[in-house]
Amino acid sequence: MTTLSQPEPVSSSVTGPSLAKTVSTRGIGAQLRHIRYVLADNPVTAGSFILFVIFLLAALVGPSLVPYDPLASNTASALRPPSAQHWFGTDQLGRDIFSRVVVATRLDMIIAIASVLLVFVLGGLAGIAAGFYGGWTDRIVGRISDTIMAFPLFVLAMGIVAALGNTVTNIVIATAIINFPLYARLARSEANIRREAGYVHAARLSGNSDPRILFRFILPNIMPLMMVQISLTMGYAILNAAGLSFIGLGVRPPTPEWGIMVAEGAAFIVSGEWWIAFFPGVTLMLAVFCFNLLGDGLRDIVDPLRRT
Amino acid sequence: MLRTIGKRIATAIPSLIGVIVVTFLLTRVLPGDTASFFAGPAATPQAIEEVRKQLGLDRSLPEQFVSYVSHLVRGDLGTSLTTGRPVVTELATRLPASAELTLLGLLIALLIAVPLGIIAAVRQGSWIDHLCRIVATAGVSLPVFFTGLIFVYVFYFILGISPAPLGRLDVFASPPPDITGFYLIDALIARDFETFRAALAQITLPAVTLAVFSLAPIARITRASMLAVLSSEFIRTARASGLKPSTVVMTYAFRNAMLPVITTLGMVFSFLLGANVLVEKVFAWPGIGSYAVEALIASDFAPVQGFVLTMAVLYVLINLGIDLLYGIIDPRVKVEA
Repeated sequence: MTTLSQPEPVSSSVTGPSLAKTVSTRGIGAQLRHIRYVLADNPVTAGSFILFVIFLLAALVGPSLVPYDPLASNTASALRPPSAQHWFGTDQLGRDIFSRVVVATRLDMIIAIASVLLVFVLGGLAGIAAGFYGGWTDRIVGRISDTIMAFPLFVLAMGIVAALGNTVTNIVIATAIINFPLYARLARSEANIRREAGYVHAARLSGNSDPRILFRFILPNIMPLMMVQISLTMGYAILNAAGLSFIGLGVRPPTPEWGIMVAEGAAFIVSGEWWIAFFPGVTLMLAVFCFNLLGDGLRDIVDPLRRT
Repeated sequence: MLRTIGKRIATAIPSLIGVIVVTFLLTRVLPGDTASFFAGPAATPQAIEEVRKQLGLDRSLPEQFVSYVSHLVRGDLGTSLTTGRPVVTELATRLPASAELTLLGLLIALLIAVPLGIIAAVRQGSWIDHLCRIVATAGVSLPVFFTGLIFVYVFYFILGISPAPLGRLDVFASPPPDITGFYLIDALIARDFETFRAALAQITLPAVTLAVFSLAPIARITRASMLAVLSSEFIRTARASGLKPSTVVMTYAFRNAMLPVITTLGMVFSFLLGANVLVEKVFAWPGIGSYAVEALIASDFAPVQGFVLTMAVLYVLINLGIDLLYGIIDPRVKVEA
């Protein structure tokens, strides 16, 4: 954790990576100041951070706060437009859309976070191993990445879910697999640069084993960039999972989930009942937008040279 | 030149092999009984046994792979359970609909995104530059199926200027004589302007939906690469020599800036081919995407496998085409061994 606060070598001319340990206490304060400076300078990132906290709260405590049971149908009040009673209106079964949208946050977030964590571990490990050892490890990881990249990614995800079986777990796995090349390539190139770095040589000469060098010295140094990648892929993971459930994969009705709710509302768009699809769709869009902006903001903090 | 092209084609072969191996493995190694999968949920034990023999599942994995590949070579992708027709014919008859939609979407995206990116780079900091940024961030955040539905609501339900989102032509119109399979082009060839107008009305919304989705990466990369080129020395020289600003931008900067854009087209196509499936579902477009979605819901695996393979092979070929195009436009690029 201590080395996490270490800024990227490219962004810091004063502290070299080998000083990671010694500057850590001062580093945290400086980093926090830097984050505050960037956030103050960039209201969009600050805004997206607030939005992120709202989504987090909705996922954590939303289900116990919503005014209606998301599964309870009430045909007497079906297809009502938004009103004071039902903020987002009701769907064809009279279910409260606001409650369903809020409750769905948890499932959508769990799918996205689980798949991103899975690919972070798998892709990250494969990538640093490939970058550090080179040779056969590198070739195998590279070949796997190339093969995945040879597919249009959403189509591959469809194929994987279709083959593995139509469950939420398999949506998580498919989303992780299609993001594998991104993580593996990033971790590989970053580990490869650091393989010959002075502090790695020093660590090796002091008798550290390869795994220890990988996990104690290289991994902490590429963590900031990987975190940015995580934030940037979260949006894509949510979009991908919602797309899969929109075409009927993974989540089954009546489970509230944004993609499937948009799919359910799609049939009513042509007859003018816009709210059924609109609110889950807008929420989905906001979530993706929020993670993309957050990712851009994080990148500015971690890696100022890549700022566009 | 021929040798270069040959080398480039050779680089696509490992990808093709990988794609075939993966689509094969998707059905064979994964949990569950492949035979009952292919036989469908309502099959009797005898039917499942028959499918097992037919697919060669009683033989070893390498043997199965050889037979899978030999079926592929003969253009046999299996038979759809729900329609009872060979997957290849279904895919072939539906492919033009998907191709027409995807290509028109890409064309619209290029026509908007490239000028937007250029102006944003030339007038850095202006409102167009900010617009370009917003488009680039918002575009990638929009769920393509949601944008499609919003368009349907606004242009069909409220404004009534768009036809119902129900396929390539409304039920009363008859398709033009089949030459290219693209209704717009076929109608023009047949000089049937009524059909052309009807087909155009149907394709506009789904194509614009796809375009909005693929605008973002193209605009972003055009802007970035124009900025890089505009600050290079040969542009400074051209300016210093007193060339007109328009000549500098269009003739010198634009041509050089287009190279990274062409490279990005590969990634854009990856997005487009995936988004295509969702857009086809929203607009009931009779392409290969909606065919695969219907099959997915019916647990009919042969069409899905055929669809994934077709899309992947197309994508590999598109990337190969982009590579070749790149080599023609920029002769400095050498093939890496």
